Amino acid sequence: MKKSRTDMIFNLSLVALIFAAVIIVENIPGVNPMLSTVLKKGSIYALVAVSMNLLNGFTGLFSLGQAGFMLLGAYTYAVITIPDSAREKVYMYVKEGSAVSRAWFDNISNALHMSEDVSKLLIMIIGMLAGGLIAAFFSWLIGLPVLKLKRDYLAIATLGFAEIIRAIFQWDKLGPVTNGSNVLRNFPTFKTAVFPLTVSALCILFIVLLINSTYGRAFKAIRDDEIAAEAMGINLAHHKRLAFVISSFFAGIGGALLAMFQNTLQATPFKSAMTYEILLIVVIGGIGSISGSIIASFLYISASEWWLRGLDSGKFLFIESPAVLRGGFRMVVFSVIIMIIVLFFRKGIMGEKEISVTRFLKLFKKKDEKNKEI
Amino acid sequence: MSNNILEINNLSVSYGGIKAVKGVTIEVPEGSIVTLIGANGAGKSTILRTICGLEKTKTGSIKFLGEEILGKPANYIVAKGITLVPEGRCIFPNLTVLENLKIGAYLRKDSIEDDINYVFSLFPRLREREWQLAGTLSGGEQQMLAVGRALMAKPKLLMMDEPSLGLAPLIVKDIFSIIKTINDRSITVLLIEQNANMALQVADIAYVLETGSVTMTGKGRELLEDERIKEAYLGKKKQ
Ligand SMILES: Nc1ncnc2c1ncn2[C@@H]1O[C@H](COP(=O)(O)OP(=O)(O)OP(=O)(O)O)[C@@H](O)[C@H]1O
Ligand SMILES: [Mg+2]
Repeated sequence: MKKSRTDMIFNLSLVALIFAAVIIVENIPGVNPMLSTVLKKGSIYALVAVSMNLLNGFTGLFSLGQAGFMLLGAYTYAVITIPDSAREKVYMYVKEGSAVSRAWFDNISNALHMSEDVSKLLIMIIGMLAGGLIAAFFSWLIGLPVLKLKRDYLAIATLGFAEIIRAIFQWDKLGPVTNGSNVLRNFPTFKTAVFPLTVSALCILFIVLLINSTYGRAFKAIRDDEIAAEAMGINLAHHKRLAFVISSFFAGIGGALLAMFQNTLQATPFKSAMTYEILLIVVIGGIGSISGSIIASFLYISASEWWLRGLDSGKFLFIESPAVLRGGFRMVVFSVIIMIIVLFFRKGIMGEKEISVTRFLKLFKKKDEKNKEI
Repeated sequence: MSNNILEINNLSVSYGGIKAVKGVTIEVPEGSIVTLIGANGAGKSTILRTICGLEKTKTGSIKFLGEEILGKPANYIVAKGITLVPEGRCIFPNLTVLENLKIGAYLRKDSIEDDINYVFSLFPRLREREWQLAGTLSGGEQQMLAVGRALMAKPKLLMMDEPSLGLAPLIVKDIFSIIKTINDRSITVLLIEQNANMALQVADIAYVLETGSVTMTGKGRELLEDERIKEAYLGKKKQ
């Protein structure tokens, strides 16, 4: 067990280092604003990708409902946290106005004489947790019938669920809650990348601990061989549902973070394309590797939001991009890169492995030994 | 009460419309080795799978230590003390050897350290490969792991579905001597075997199954001498 402890200490210090770097980078004026975008969006996608990996990579349940659960989390967050003073303007296209109020929270906050910052942070946390819980609740509801389905059917059913949820949230009759197809705005958001990074890191830490627990081992056993797992006394229905609910909970939290990142919220972007994007990240990182998913998220977001932007705007890798290529060519390049990765690096960046210092050190030791022999 | 740890009475199992097991009655005395032999498709695996709750049926009864377990979920039955080594080395290929063993003890709450050491003492090859992914083990090692994993549940009744399938004769001998050792630790064994010769040598009682029904019962050694058995399952011509 000594091996995993050194790894743990290493990983924790790595995380601490990243945090320190982020705080420094964000406080230097004139730093590329794209870097901040990448850190924010990358950390959100990392969380969602890891939550998808928990289901698809570790439990072997091929679910494509991620965007739907993110939408549930995002909307729950926004609807709960918009200040009452702003509601009239936000819901102005809805005849009945907003049916939800956060007066209950403001009363408590006033009664306890909370400072504005504390109050804002608290409602953000409450909103996020509520978003996660609503997403988890819906996954619990559909879990029973849906999880009985095998591979492809499960994928189709969850994909369908996500589309239905999106349609329902745009439905006029629900306007007093969801604002129909109009934009939700004015909910509290974060300014620096520290907030999403912290939330993601805590959530991912929880998932890692879960995967390394007896539960996680049972998930992996189900993935490897359902019948043998059942013969070992693992309750299949219970564990599959557990994995599904936990994964959806974190997708919901990720959705709430995404809403904050975007500042405004609409149901349209939560299409199946978003799920595919996340699936792609999981595949690129390596199905069944947490560190792979995290690395892939940051790479993916960097590429799509930053490195390839130059193709659109003129300068790419210090070369002037020809005018013909501007406007849309970025996505072509991006798709080609993705295709190459999927075709030639099928196991992803990390395969099923995790970043591990002990393995890394072993590599050196072996080399040393070889050198000695020579 | 009799000293039977397991009593199967008039059990029938069908898949869709097809009856795979037709009114089978089997008794397994506590502490014994009982074997089921029979041709391919006779229904042997189906019986074992039904005992541990992987296959559902309503007709018949299965009593374990006097308690009716037919219709109970697999996790309940495993917790009661029945473990199955499934057909065809169903180990978990992407888990390490050690993780596989731990999964075997999934329903136990007590310390498993001693049992892991016990399994490693039975199968020293597994100890050397503790951190290896189970899918990369050789066929024989995988079968050892499957047996070791089942032992981790500390079963009272261990059921094995063709543990010698596809193994070299030397390893088959090893597996059978391990079965003996396990049995000496007062674990009752219910064994399915294609290798009727070996099975009948170790078994206290044998049942012969043909297309879903029991056609013959007897002491293992007795059946070994039986002409019909010799011809049908041991590949020996009548003199
Ligand atoms: N899931 C299933 N669906 C339909 N039919 C099945 C199923 N499982 C088994 N059968 C059928 O039930 C019969 C008995 O199968 P079973 O696996 O119990 O045989 P067996 O005695 O273990 O054979 P073998 O020695 O080849 O393993 C066979 O005819 C088989 O085709
Ligand atoms: Mg069989």
